[in-house]
Amino acid sequence: MGYFNRMLIANRGEIARRIMRTCRELGIETVAVYSEADKDAPFVKEADHGVLIGPAQAKQSYLDGEKIIEAAKEKQADAIHPGYGFLSENAAFAERCKEEGICFIGPQPEVMTMMGDKIQARKKMDEAGVPIVPGYNGKLESLDEALSVAESLGYPLMLKASAGGGGIGMELVRDEEELKKAFASTMKKADSFFGDGSLFLEKWIQNPRHIEVQVVCDQHGNGIHLFERECSIQRRNQKILEESPSPFLDDALRAELCETALKGAQNINYTNVGTMEFIFDDHQNYYFLEMNTRLQVEHPVTEEITGVDLVALQIKIAANEVLVLQQDDIKIKGHAIENRLYAEDPKTFFPSPGSLETLELPKDGVRLDFGVEQGNKVTPFYDPMIGKIITFGEDRKAAIEQMKKVLEEIKVQGIKTNLPLLQEILDSKAFRDGNYTTKFVENHLTLQNV
Amino acid sequence: MSEQAVISEVPGVFYRKPSPDEPVYVEEGQKVKAGETIGLIEVMKNFYEVTAPADGTVKAFKAEEGDVVDAGQEIAVIE
Repeated sequence: MGYFNRMLIANRGEIARRIMRTCRELGIETVAVYSEADKDAPFVKEADHGVLIGPAQAKQSYLDGEKIIEAAKEKQADAIHPGYGFLSENAAFAERCKEEGICFIGPQPEVMTMMGDKIQARKKMDEAGVPIVPGYNGKLESLDEALSVAESLGYPLMLKASAGGGGIGMELVRDEEELKKAFASTMKKADSFFGDGSLFLEKWIQNPRHIEVQVVCDQHGNGIHLFERECSIQRRNQKILEESPSPFLDDALRAELCETALKGAQNINYTNVGTMEFIFDDHQNYYFLEMNTRLQVEHPVTEEITGVDLVALQIKIAANEVLVLQQDDIKIKGHAIENRLYAEDPKTFFPSPGSLETLELPKDGVRLDFGVEQGNKVTPFYDPMIGKIITFGEDRKAAIEQMKKVLEEIKVQGIKTNLPLLQEILDSKAFRDGNYTTKFVENHLTLQNV
Repeated sequence: MSEQAVISEVPGVFYRKPSPDEPVYVEEGQKVKAGETIGLIEVMKNFYEVTAPADGTVKAFKAEEGDVVDAGQEIAVIE
């Protein structure tokens, strides 16, 4: 008897394929749900069953929870894996799955709600003894209140939406005038984007590093961490390159950070796979930013250095299995880097949908998690990420050299990609020295050769 | 008076409002200035502004809120 009979994957592209791979290994049948725009996509062909759930627009397909539940019932799926994005952090959807007797592969809905509310998440982590960015742990009711809170905290500050995340709904305010200007518009934006206009303030960390910790907790009180991922290389507040281990941490700081992250997750009785995101200032102080209650895009770097299949762990934990792995079983072996290949202009970052006339990828010495194949269309409806390139080496230098070699062998025609940007990052001194912050792309890169 | 088509330069999903709860940028029959935003195209989670190519009156929209549009497709007619 397996963990589940039939898993519906409420996602698309590379992550749908990634989840199906583990399902096959565990003997679980798969159901793909897809929009009209994705009917020829590889993930649909690879699934055991498929259900067309709606038109291209995500709101009427991948974001429509009821259509997905209907599809699960029609195909008698006993579990739903949400992947990342779309419905993966939607507590109401997780609740609906529960009502229908379908296992949602993720944490309990109550914990998702708690961590989705950034003000509450800050309070909970503060209680657990996890350092949080200095700031105000309450909802700002008015501009007057914001001004007096800001006065006592001291500028510069970040004005943030409590329901926000992923770099959306936050505004840097350097003085009283900027706060006055930003308050109403940020509140309105938060309300229209997230359906919740609650705002709070925290200190602005200049030149930050973004480092996150992978945690895994079962439903029986056991928890482990799988070390960190360094995610500071970003464009438009979105990650483009991740690596593990982080070149910025020494062993003592790594151990402290990872233990703190696990303690925070266990304190809220978190279950399943999750990620604690931290921000580091230039004095090696770290602060909790937010928790992602789902599988992360960049999970492969952790899998490469630990040898653990995170999707398999998600499924086993959701099936109520006891976590067999102990902390001492988890060792960092070597170094892994992930590059995200985006269909976009490498300089302006403007999206570049189109027909993928050529996609030539090397076969050896690389892990390729791709959503598309040569001849496919890259449609304008979803995320511009078309694939992830992951290399492994016995040390950081070897992983970088391997990545450079792999990128040189990749050939894409028909759409623009950020491949030249990725190559420039790998060649830059700051990156090679491991000395970079989230400002890296805007500060260091010129792309003169593009 | 001559008519001028407003063409979408990118494929994606067309919106007439800056966000779901707000009013449309312009109504049919309303006067616009060259360069004024009359709609948005969402392409891969990015928003691209559709602007009026010339001063005039928006005679009609050829695409509705939430419609899928192709690059080169007519979005509206300005007179």
